[in-house]
Formats: sequence, structure tokens, C-alpha cells
Amino acid sequence: MSESAPTAADTRKLAQQARDRVRFEEEALELSDQVYRMARRLAGSREEAEDLVQQTYERAFRAWRQYTPGTNLRAWLLRILTNLNIDRGRRQQRTPQTTSLDNEAADYFLYNKLESQVPDENPDEERVLERLSQDSIVDALADVPHDFRDVIVLVDIGEFAYADAAQILDIPIGTVMSRLHRGRRILKKNLADKAVPA
Amino acid sequence: MQPFLDGTLSDAQVAEAQRHLERCNWCAKRYHFEERLRHYVRVAVTEPMPAELKAKLAALRTPLN
Repeated sequence: MSESAPTAADTRKLAQQARDRVRFEEEALELSDQVYRMARRLAGSREEAEDLVQQTYERAFRAWRQYTPGTNLRAWLLRILTNLNIDRGRRQQRTPQTTSLDNEAADYFLYNKLESQVPDENPDEERVLERLSQDSIVDALADVPHDFRDVIVLVDIGEFAYADAAQILDIPIGTVMSRLHRGRRILKKNLADKAVPA
Repeated sequence: MQPFLDGTLSDAQVAEAQRHLERCNWCAKRYHFEERLRHYVRVAVTEPMPAELKAKLAALRTPLN
């Protein structure tokens, strides 16, 4: 077969590929708000998040053939993003001592502290929650160490299933669960320490 | 309580947890608080994507010939 004279079949194949590619790019772009939202919480600053999202899309558009149509595109994009974030060497942050969080009481510490500040005798949960400002939640989440924050961002904010989060981060499901459990305690401790007046 | 909130318990365990929450006000309050807190965190950290970034991403598309 001569290279200079593409057959009708070749031409059809190329046209199909071009259509697949356009569709892939459109679908990926439709998810960009969600990708940005998670990047914003995974990365340290807004600038970093914007860089990460841009690099993620550059890489995704180059590697589009590796995506299997019909699978979870959002998870596929997040996997690229978390890998890029790890490549930036951010893993160097050490996990702080959190031994005081190793018991069930830590789960309720925030609630108990907030409840004690509401003057009512028997306050409902909404009133208790209103004591937390939006900024304080953003700060408290930013102060959760990376390994734990990743799973909180994916599961509690991105609403990924444990299995998807495990695949995105390339860790076992059991690790996702234990980091989630501990990460939520750290988040609540941060909220209790910083967001609630003593 | 965390596995219950995450929906990872068996049907029998869920039924047992629900029975307990109906009877125990102490746990019920903390359960609802946890549930609302997750929602609250999700909403609180939502930040719209800058329009310039959106435009930059759109520009990465393969040009149509």
C-alpha cells in the first residue's frame, strides 16, 4: 500500500479519530469546574491550583487515547491531577503527631465544644453548625496534612466512592478508609481549635 | 458512626444503628451533626473557577481543521 495515497478506509478512520478526540475534549472541559474545585483544596494556593488544572488538561489532551470511553472520566482526570501534585514534591511535609486523636471521643469533641457555646438548653444541630464560618472551614481543611486531605477532598467533597479514591491515589481501599477516618478527626480538631472561641 | 455515615455497613447493621438512633437522643444529635457538617464543608469550600482559567483550558483544545 502506498503511503502517499491513503485509502478511503484510512480517511474514514482518521475522521472518526478526530471526532472521538473532539468529544473527549468537550467532555473533559465540562468537568473543569469540579476538577478546579478539588485542585483548589489539594494545592496550597490558588496559583498552584490554576497551574495544576492547566497542566492536567494539557496532559489529558495529549494522552486522550489512554482513556477508555465509558469509564469514569472525572476519576481519570483527578488521577492525572493528583500525580502532578505529588510530582511537585509536596510529599515532603511530615505528618504531625496526632496521638490524641486515637479514640472515639475525638469524633465528638467538636460537637461537644460547639454545643457548649450555644446558650440554649437543647440546641439543634443547625444552630450548633452556624457557629462555624466559611473561612474557618477553608482554613481548617488547608491545615490537614496532605495524605489525609487528599482522601477528604476526594470522598467528602468530590463524592468519589472509596474504590475510586483508592484508584486515583494508587493506595489500598483500607488505607483510604483509615486516612479518611483520621483525616476527619484532624479536620474537626482544627475546627475546634481555631474556629471556636475558647 | 463513621461507617454508618459512609454507607459501608451491612443491612442488618444499618437496621441496628437506626433502631439505636431512634432511642438515643445523644447519638442522634451527633449523627445529624456529622451529616450536616459534611454537607457544610462541601458547600463552604466551593469556589468558582476563574474565567481566565476556563478560557485557557478551552484554548488547549485541538483546533478544528
